[in-house]
This record gives sequence, C-alpha cells and structure tokens, in this order.
Amino acid sequence: MPLIEQGRVAEDSWSLIPDGEPVPNDRPAIISFERWQAERASFDGRNAKLGVRLKGGTLAGAVAADLDRFALVAVEFPKFRDGRGFSTARELRERYGYTGEIRAVGHVIPDQYQFLMRTGFTSVEAPEGTNVESWADALTEITVAFQPSLDDTQPLSLLRRRLGAG
Amino acid sequence: MNHIAPGARAGIYHYDEIDRRFVGERVEQFRKQVERRLAGELTEEEFKPIRLMNGLYLQLHAYMLRIAVPYGVMSAVQLRKLSEIGRKYDRGYGHFTTRQNLQYNWIKLEDTPAILNELADVDMHALQTSGNCVRNVTTDQFVGAAADEVVDGRVYAEILRQWTTLHPEFTYLPRKFKIAISGASSDRAAVRVHDVGLLARRNEAGEAGFTFYVGGGLGRSPFIGKLVREWVAEEDFVAYLEAILRVYNQYGRRDNIYKARIKILVHELGLDTFRQEVEEEFERLRGPKYRMAPEIVAEIRKHFAPPPFEELAERSDILERAKATDPAFANWVAVNVAEHRAPGYAIATISLKPPGGIPGDATCDQMDLIADLAERHSFGELRVSHVQNIVLAHVKQDELYDLWQQLDAAGLGTANAGLIGDIIACPGLDYCALANARSIPLAQAISARFADPIRQRTIGELGIKISGCINACGHHHIAAIGILGVDKKGTEFYQITVGGDPTLTTAIGDILGPAVTETEAVDAIEAIVEVYLANRTGEDERFVDTLKRVGHAPFKERIYAAD
Repeated sequence: MPLIEQGRVAEDSWSLIPDGEPVPNDRPAIISFERWQAERASFDGRNAKLGVRLKGGTLAGAVAADLDRFALVAVEFPKFRDGRGFSTARELRERYGYTGEIRAVGHVIPDQYQFLMRTGFTSVEAPEGTNVESWADALTEITVAFQPSLDDTQPLSLLRRRLGAG
Repeated sequence: MNHIAPGARAGIYHYDEIDRRFVGERVEQFRKQVERRLAGELTEEEFKPIRLMNGLYLQLHAYMLRIAVPYGVMSAVQLRKLSEIGRKYDRGYGHFTTRQNLQYNWIKLEDTPAILNELADVDMHALQTSGNCVRNVTTDQFVGAAADEVVDGRVYAEILRQWTTLHPEFTYLPRKFKIAISGASSDRAAVRVHDVGLLARRNEAGEAGFTFYVGGGLGRSPFIGKLVREWVAEEDFVAYLEAILRVYNQYGRRDNIYKARIKILVHELGLDTFRQEVEEEFERLRGPKYRMAPEIVAEIRKHFAPPPFEELAERSDILERAKATDPAFANWVAVNVAEHRAPGYAIATISLKPPGGIPGDATCDQMDLIADLAERHSFGELRVSHVQNIVLAHVKQDELYDLWQQLDAAGLGTANAGLIGDIIACPGLDYCALANARSIPLAQAISARFADPIRQRTIGELGIKISGCINACGHHHIAAIGILGVDKKGTEFYQITVGGDPTLTTAIGDILGPAVTETEAVDAIEAIVEVYLANRTGEDERFVDTLKRVGHAPFKERIYAAD
C-alpha cells in the first residue's frame, strides 16, 4: 500500500507488526493499541521507534497518557465516511500536544486529503490500487480554506481577510 | 458579476475574489470527480457522499439538484438565474424548500457541471445542501426588517456559512447537521427542532450573545432541543459550536443511520454528561484562535447595513384608500403583510400556496416576475421562508397595492400566510424514493377545500404540515394539525396529529386516532376545523389553545364516531 507524504509516494520506514508476531528491536515498528495495553512493560528500554495503531472507535483520549512513548500514531478509518479520525488527529495535536507523525490508514480517498492535512495528519497509507496522481491533485485543487489550519496563528483566518483589505 | 450597485440594494453578502475563486475551484473539483467516477476510479459508494455534498440526489424518477440559498436571502439577479436554469435544464419551474433553498426535480446528471458553472456566475452553488455535513444555516425570513428583532441573525449565519464551508473536521459527521438562528422575540425559525438552535439575544450591556439549544429534530424520533447553555458571548460562539460538533463527531452513533443524529447522542448520554463534555472542549478551545473578535463581526455586519430607506410617515394614506376600495387587497394586507421597523415600510409575504397548488413550487415566469418586483419594490432583495413562501422585506406601504395587483395577476396574490391554506408539504411519493405516501395531492385537496379567503381568515392561525414518511421533512410533528403518510399493505393512509407548535413553546403533536384514507383525510381536517370553531371561546383563542382546553375527545368523536 503506497505511503503518501506531501502529495507524493514516499519510502515507508515503518512496518506494521500483526498481534502475536515478534516486534523487531532494530527498526521502527507499529503495534496495535490493544497489544500496547496488554504488553506495554515488554517495550520498556526499547531503542528503536515505536508506533501505535488506533482502531476507528479508539479516540485520542485513550492513548493520551502514553503519547511520549510513540513516534507515530496511526489512525484507522474503517470507512471513508466515518469521520471520527479527523477529530482524533485534531485532539492529538491540540488537546494533547502530540508532535510526532500521525498517519491515516484504512479507507481514505484523495478527496479527503486536504482535510487530513488540515486536521493534523502528516502521512497517509493509501488503499491498494489508488491513483497516486489524484492525491497530488487533491493538494492543489482547492486553494481556499475558511478555517484556520492547525499551525495557523491568525485567529479565524479567512474571516479576517476583509480587515486587511479595508 | 452583474449585481445591482451595492448602495441601492438591501443587505446581501457580496462575494469577494476569494469567495469566487473558491466556488470556481469547487465546480472544477466536482467536474473531475464526475470524471473519476465515470473512469471507475471512484466507486459508487465513494461517489455518493461527494455528489450529495454538491447537492445532487438521485430520486425516484430523476436526479434532484438542491441549490443553496444561504439563510434564505438572495438578490433579484440570482433569482432570475434560477429561473433561467429551471427553463433550460428542468421543466420550467423550481421548488422552494423548508431549508430556505431551491431544488430542481428533473435534472440530468450530465448537465450538472454546466448548471454549477452557471450558478457560479451569480455567486451561487449547491454545496452542503445534502450529505452528512453542516447544512445551510437558516434564520428568520423577516431578518433585518422585523419590528421585534433584537439581533440580526444574518451576520452570524454568514459567519457560520464561511466557518462550516468544507470544514476539515466536520465534513464526515455521523449524520446531517442543521443549525437555525433566531434573533427576534418571536421565533420564526423553529430553532428548537434543529440539531443546534441559537437564540441571539442581548445582555443588559447591549452585547450580543446566544442561547444554545441542542438535540432538537423531527424524523422518526422527534425531540425538542434541550437548553445546553443560557448565554454564550458573541466572541465565543464559534468556539462553542466547534466544541459541540467535536463531541458529536467523536461520540455520535455510526452503527445505525436512524440513531445517528445528535438528538440521539444527547438523549443517550443524558443532557448533563453531554453538557460536561462540551464544556470541557469549550474551555480548552476558547483561546484566541477561535475568538470571534468584534472587528470581524463588524466587518461582516457591513454587508447587512440597512438599505437606504426614505423618511416616510408612519401611516400611508394611499394604502388606506386602497384597502377601503378593494376588500380582497385589504384581506391580503391583513394576512400577508407584517410590521416593518422603518416607518412607512412593510414586510410582504408572497404565498406559494395557491388553492389547489403545489406548496413551494414557482414557475420560471413567476420567478422572473418576483425578481422584477423585488427590484422595483424591495431594493433588489428577497427571502425564502422555511414555510416555503417568498418574502419581500422592505416594501413601501404606498406601493403595496401596486405590488399586490401585479402578484395577483400572476397567481401569486393568495392571502393565506400562516393560515390553514399555508401548508408545508414534503415532495412525497411523487418524487421521493423514501416516501410511503404522496403528500402533494393531499395538500392540494386541502387547500382547495379551504380556498375561500374569508373562511380561512375566520379560522385564523392554523398550520397544516404534511410528511410523506416518518423522516418528517414536512415537519408534521410541530404542526397544529400534522399529517403523516403511511403505507398499509400497499395503500396510502394518513395519520393525523394535533397540538404541535413550531415556536419557542415548541410542542410535538399527539396522534388523534387511527390513520385514514386520502379522501377521508380531507373530511377529517374539515371536521377538526368545525369542532374547533364550535368550541373556541372567541376569535382570539387559537386552535392549539382550544385543543388544550377541551382535549382530544370532541375531535375524535366527530371523526371516528361515524364508523
């Protein structure tokens, strides 16, 4: 499954480790949130990066206390119509101050790419067979956003535009 | 852009280059999405929400395209364009909806990109008129004109229009989300049957703020909106809404489409828990990032500055003379004309409910005429009301007679605003894939039965609303007399409810008795009216008050005793 970053296919240094299989100690590994809960002590002293994958129904609050242990949080979209993940990313960033990578996984479509970026995702694991060009297009086809982005310091951004224009 | 000069018109938000660029980009995006669907890159399942968010529904017989009319306000130029599109791509008419929008019922999929292009020429679009996103925010159709207005709801509805447009976090909500704002002492926007209902008010210092009701809604489980916060200051109102939506987006049910609205979440969590979640989010969100600074509000408010009213006498002799000589006109004035805040002006409601007509339908010729009349008599601006009529908000009293004569000649002079003939009906089984029964023919039969304007006025304020299925798009729950179409083994039946109330004293009507057939329904309505007239203490006792006093028994007896 292609990894998309900044509208381009990128090399994926992470591997998702299915529950029950050994977690490699020498390279970045993503484990399920359930496994983390069950086996967290076994990751004490780990040097390689660790990532956690949240199922659609697992909200940001569940993982909040452990965020300093993870270099990546993968947020799963069970269906592209299920928009909980947008709030999960936003909460991770705004409420819990998470600064690591947030990756969208599961069923997401290029038409959602801008929303993903603007709610705090940094990468997308696009479904198999996706048209990579559509992801690139999606970044530029709408150039106007009426709400502030996460990193926006200007409150209510666009509503403000008229003040400058006079 | 060919709008008439800003100084000469009433308050309409005028697009700037950014708004225009945005709509243009969205049209182009949708064109590409259609191409990707046709190329098989998007599945039908993936394409459906995309097309819905562009206002395109697949109905029983054809595609339906729903055009956004933000808070129901538009210019004459825009209405003329809607008429042109209706002529070119539909069958010569359009249908005004209970969300103050307009829809075309006979659209071809392949025409939609061209239609969206034409709409963009007059700063219009079909965005977010459907789909599980925040829909067109509605407000009082008398906004900016009503004598009882405290806060101008358009200003905040426009802020919300921008705020909710392609909101990155809230475009894939569990279900659709409807917001209504009322800023007057009478609620003409039915705020307590919306997902979020806002009452705009002023505190003792004269500052604007909002009372938030959450979790109202009709459909198969009707709920009256619950008071979540008595006062949210103007500067916090986006933050508070953001908090509500974030709680809903995370916790709202997604396992069952019928339990996915926020009303069910509020009900299942309980009001106190829901409020606590919202307040926690709000406390965190309310920082500078979401602060609605007074200068932003002031800038938006400039768009809605009062039109250049002339200084006129309170009372118009021309109007009085015309009323004295033409009783039909006098009746129209008494029923369809409301008090304006500027001396010598009046608010005129154009009824789209002629006896025997289809509620909310207007022919393209009628739309053209209304556009002309809006330019001549109301600063080039008009409103769509949520009861599916058109309002010219700023008419000189001196010109009312002239206006009415032109309306009447075009079949638009019906005097029934708020009366029994002013029926709300959903499209029903004539158009809608969800419906169990037809709504329109019944509305036509009832309005024909009560065609006599004097009889209607004698009956007084009495709303009838008809829904063709339990989704309740016709708002039957909150009607004085509500009618719900049901299917019994392939035959259409109608269940009658009484005692609903759409105003701030919101009430859900009660079922009167067993469902009746279409022909029985008209007689049953007439029987209900007769029982009311026989029992009321006087002309000023409204139907709902008589009902409260005498109960269901006399009504039931009259309708069902004969069986």
